[in-house]
Amino acid sequence: MAITMTERAADHVRSYIAKRGKGIGLRLAVRTTGCSGMAYVLEFADEVAANDAVFEHRDIKVVVDQKSLVYLDGTELDFAKEGLKEGIIFKNPNVKDECGCGESFNI
Amino acid sequence: MALLQISEPGQSQAPHQRRLAVGIDLGTTNSLVASVISGSASVLKDEHEQWTIPSVVHYSTNHEPLVGKSAQEKAASDPFNTIRSAKRLMGKGANDVQQSWLADHYQFDLETGSIPAFKTVVGNKSAIEVSADILSKLRATAEQTLGGDLVGAVITVPAYFDDAQRQATKDAAALSGIHVLRLLNEPTAAAVAYGLDSGTDGVVAIYDLGGGTFDISLLKMQRGVFEVLATAGNTALGGDDFDNAIADWMRTRAGLEQMPDQSSHRQLLRLARSVKEQLSSQDKTSYALNLSDEINISGEISVADVNAIIEPLLKNTLAPCRQVLRDAGIAKTDVKAVVMVGGSTRVPLVRTMVSEFFDQPVLTDIDPDQVVAIGAAVQANVLAGNKTDDDLLLLDVIPLSLGLETMGGLVEKIIPRNTTIPIARAQEFTTYKDGQTAMALHVVQGERELVSDCRSLANFELRDIPARVAGACRIQVLFQVDADGLLSVSALEKESGVLASIDVKPSYGLSDGEIEQMLKASMEHASEDVQKRALAEQKVEGRRVVEAISSALEADGDTHLSVDERTDIDALIETLLEKLEQDNGDAIKQAIEKLEAGSSLFVERRMNASVKQLMAGQEIEELERTLVSSDASRET
Repeated sequence: MAITMTERAADHVRSYIAKRGKGIGLRLAVRTTGCSGMAYVLEFADEVAANDAVFEHRDIKVVVDQKSLVYLDGTELDFAKEGLKEGIIFKNPNVKDECGCGESFNI
Repeated sequence: MALLQISEPGQSQAPHQRRLAVGIDLGTTNSLVASVISGSASVLKDEHEQWTIPSVVHYSTNHEPLVGKSAQEKAASDPFNTIRSAKRLMGKGANDVQQSWLADHYQFDLETGSIPAFKTVVGNKSAIEVSADILSKLRATAEQTLGGDLVGAVITVPAYFDDAQRQATKDAAALSGIHVLRLLNEPTAAAVAYGLDSGTDGVVAIYDLGGGTFDISLLKMQRGVFEVLATAGNTALGGDDFDNAIADWMRTRAGLEQMPDQSSHRQLLRLARSVKEQLSSQDKTSYALNLSDEINISGEISVADVNAIIEPLLKNTLAPCRQVLRDAGIAKTDVKAVVMVGGSTRVPLVRTMVSEFFDQPVLTDIDPDQVVAIGAAVQANVLAGNKTDDDLLLLDVIPLSLGLETMGGLVEKIIPRNTTIPIARAQEFTTYKDGQTAMALHVVQGERELVSDCRSLANFELRDIPARVAGACRIQVLFQVDADGLLSVSALEKESGVLASIDVKPSYGLSDGEIEQMLKASMEHASEDVQKRALAEQKVEGRRVVEAISSALEADGDTHLSVDERTDIDALIETLLEKLEQDNGDAIKQAIEKLEAGSSLFVERRMNASVKQLMAGQEIEELERTLVSSDASRET
């Protein structure tokens, strides 16, 4: 399995990185907070650590630590707009249910 | 599904913990809202995909106030209920309205209430309420875009806004339900947007020519800290004035004395604006406004024509440029960079003139319309607590000196202009008369020497001062200006601890005219003011001497003086009192000297008597203590 990214999401990440001026891609992680137990972490990645898994989507690297990968494997990142709001969506097959806002989830 | 934003490494926040904060550029002509999204600050678009929202509000009886473009569209058909440029009246009084060109375009209610209000179909609307409607719209845009409630906003104001105007801006924010994290000077925001805090040290000039106001500021960067060295400007000059001048030119060319009504005048203004914008990128253009057979305004206009029309207006921006350099004691060659802010700096002639003045190319990398909002957003993000290790610290300055009225109608400046804020400064004052138990404090703002030439901000009284001889009480007056530039003044009598204080929420109607005029006047009247001050000081001194000697005479004049000696002194007092009625400083000075000389014998006898009395029956040690404590009180 792997972590994948839609073309649309990759375009936006690329433009964010260009605006920011540095970065090799995204770092994804999972941490245990939030209203339903776990929450996604979505950050710019500047470097790859020793035990990280790296998934490349053309020039964009998606970096995940091994512990988080268990919860994220198979996820597809997409970009979407809802009204005036826009952002990255995690399509994660491991999720059983999530809180109303979707910012945290249960496995 | 949640739409997630990308954070900086290590700065992800727990769900529902993100603190949404925005920067708002509340402009005279256009307003913008920006926020930091996925690591970079950008201006937010509204539902029509527009990022500039015209600062126009349309009021009608059958719908909510319209804000922005939809309101602007009503300007031609319903001019009196379509309010624009309301920012020009923020914190202003009835006098200012009558002097403003807005008076020709709108119907005002200047009688009811303390603030002038636009008359509209839904009742009177003050500039504050109009601004609040604009802010509400920006807030709604931001909350829809960011998907949550805002914790607050940084709102920018021209560096030249006085306390009344800053307070009015805060009031408008409160009305629209926005928590103000901070009011930020527009030039300071522009510097933040350019990321100059991470650049090398040096002085930068910010030239901001917007729709309605002009500001020039000198900022000094040192080790990542901004300090505003000096600011100057003109609160009534901007792109609107270009439009008016171009419209007048087109009208005169068509042989028309004036436009027949408001609606056609506005159509002409709109035409003038589009002509101006087109000529930023091309050499000439044609225009046409065909309203009827008589009113047919059309022709060709070139860049050279526009330059000739606006050049006199633009020259008015160079005097403030010279002034800030003078105020800061900086040579043109010390200015490392010149940042252009405001849509009007797109006009090629503006860039040329400013670049010639500072003798270097000007910076235009960031969209001059967005740069202020972007800087405010960066600052808002820091203030909301979304950045932990940020050392960005902003220092602003107060635009005009703050002081107190002292005897003789003179101004004692407590905080001089261009002092960085926040600041607290204390000064001690004392009583003027024996047995004085109250003191009136009059807080004024301005550069002139006499109270009558400055702007009155507030009056309050300190009561229950213990009755002592003149000069014995020590009253500490503390001036505090917070980070938003708002002033509070307190007075404390040190012996008894009685305290009085006031927050200066300056009354809106009190403005004595434009700040720039006040500054100019202080230059023009400098020598005259010095003379007036010297005369006033002589008079105060004269009255003090009369007061002191008269009360001494009353107490024990007959004990120490013969009838003849007493008559001589009384005559000298009479002469001095006469001179005090006239405006001759030298004559007053001579009369004071004569009185002091004439009464020296009396003063000496009194001194001897009181020393004798003091020493009688006292131990040496006790005497020393008395002397020490009186020394201590003199020092403070």
